Amino acid sequence: MWIALIVVVLIVLWIIFSYNGLIRRKMKVENSWGQIDVQLQRRFDLIPNLVNCVKGYMEHEKDTLTKVTELRTSWANAGSIGEKVELDNQLSGALKTIMAVSENYPDLKANQNFSELQEELRNTENKIAYSRQFYNDSVTMYNTAIRVFPTSIIASIFHFTAEKLFVVTDEETRKNVKVDFGNN
Amino acid sequence: MYEDIRSNKIKTGVIISIFIIVISLILYYICMAFDMGPISIIIALSISIITSWASYYNSDKIILSMSKARPATHEENQKLVNILDALVVSSGLGVTPKLYIINDAQPNAFATGRDPEHSVICVTTGLLEKLDYYELEGVVGHELAHIANYDIRLSAVVTVMVSFIVILSDFFTRTFMRGRRSSNSDDNNGNTILMLIGLVFLILAPIFGKLAQLAISRRREFLADSTSAKYTRNPDALISALEKICSDPNELKSANKSTAHMYISSPFRDKKIEKSSIWSTHPSLDERVNALRNLK
Repeated sequence: MWIALIVVVLIVLWIIFSYNGLIRRKMKVENSWGQIDVQLQRRFDLIPNLVNCVKGYMEHEKDTLTKVTELRTSWANAGSIGEKVELDNQLSGALKTIMAVSENYPDLKANQNFSELQEELRNTENKIAYSRQFYNDSVTMYNTAIRVFPTSIIASIFHFTAEKLFVVTDEETRKNVKVDFGNN
Repeated sequence: MYEDIRSNKIKTGVIISIFIIVISLILYYICMAFDMGPISIIIALSISIITSWASYYNSDKIILSMSKARPATHEENQKLVNILDALVVSSGLGVTPKLYIINDAQPNAFATGRDPEHSVICVTTGLLEKLDYYELEGVVGHELAHIANYDIRLSAVVTVMVSFIVILSDFFTRTFMRGRRSSNSDDNNGNTILMLIGLVFLILAPIFGKLAQLAISRRREFLADSTSAKYTRNPDALISALEKICSDPNELKSANKSTAHMYISSPFRDKKIEKSSIWSTHPSLDERVNALRNLK
């Protein structure tokens, strides 16, 4: 009789601890997604300034600039996380192109405002990469936790579902942005 | 990680308690030497509790002023500020530590404070000049790791308390020598026993301090190195930073025995000790580089 009671109490305690552990991990995932969002928002705010600044100099790159502006607009209207991730990758690529071709415009490079924006943008890209890394780490920990036995039982009872990783389509995105710093 | 934080907090509590006992006994002995009677115990306890309370809440300020550090400015140290901001995102720490600079040619760095909200990262001007962006990132990551797992609280408390014990036993040794010359030695037995206990503690105190510093420092360095590599995903940069730091010939002038263990690499240049022995505050460069290589 007593043994049965102790076993029941232990099981209940185990359920509570596992459930709380899963909730904590899920909160961390949500929080780290928020971190990415903060950095993406920062870049979102920087883009109009950048476009205004380079417009006068880059006569031949009108297409790229229009593309960046369009991507920015559709990013703001994007609903799902998957869609945002995809647009974010494209936006990173387009901004990288602008930075690369700016090397061909000496007047633009001499512009104080542009070099400040460039520095700011590099930092933001760097932070986006890091917040993405932190998000992916949190998601991996959470996804592992809900699949490992016996916690997986709790996870399926309370409907904890796996979260999606933030996959970077262009593997070199982060590295290229970072290499520029070495010259400072 | 969470176990590490808890064990660091417990260790800090234990060290503060030992400190209060040691200081009380030393003070009690000094008061007895001055024939102050039963009021000695009250004086001893209150002074030791007040000093440990003050050193817990002001350890960061005390250490920064001992190391002659000044606050970093946004304009002057833009690169460092950017590196730290990015790493705070990567570590998920949530708060940005304050940055301080020491004017010294030797590249070195340390972190201190009682918790992440009151934490400080301090680097030398030599570090900023001699390391490139990625190497600097590795070093700042290492310090951020010490902050995230509460190594800083333990090491700050140990540093301040060890300095205090050393100052106090210096002071006592002088008083004791002077007192002996003019004493008429008609004290009762009780006093003699207390004086003996006090004397034992006086000899043990600096040794305790030394051992406490050794115990907290070396194993934690490996952990901070690997955590830094986790933040930056770039262990190679940290390896080359450590090599640059260790091969630099300059001495760090503002470092002393009680602050040495906080730095990323030993601030002293002792040619005799190449391998790490039980008396060194830091693991050897080879051991750290090997540990980082094994991560890959």
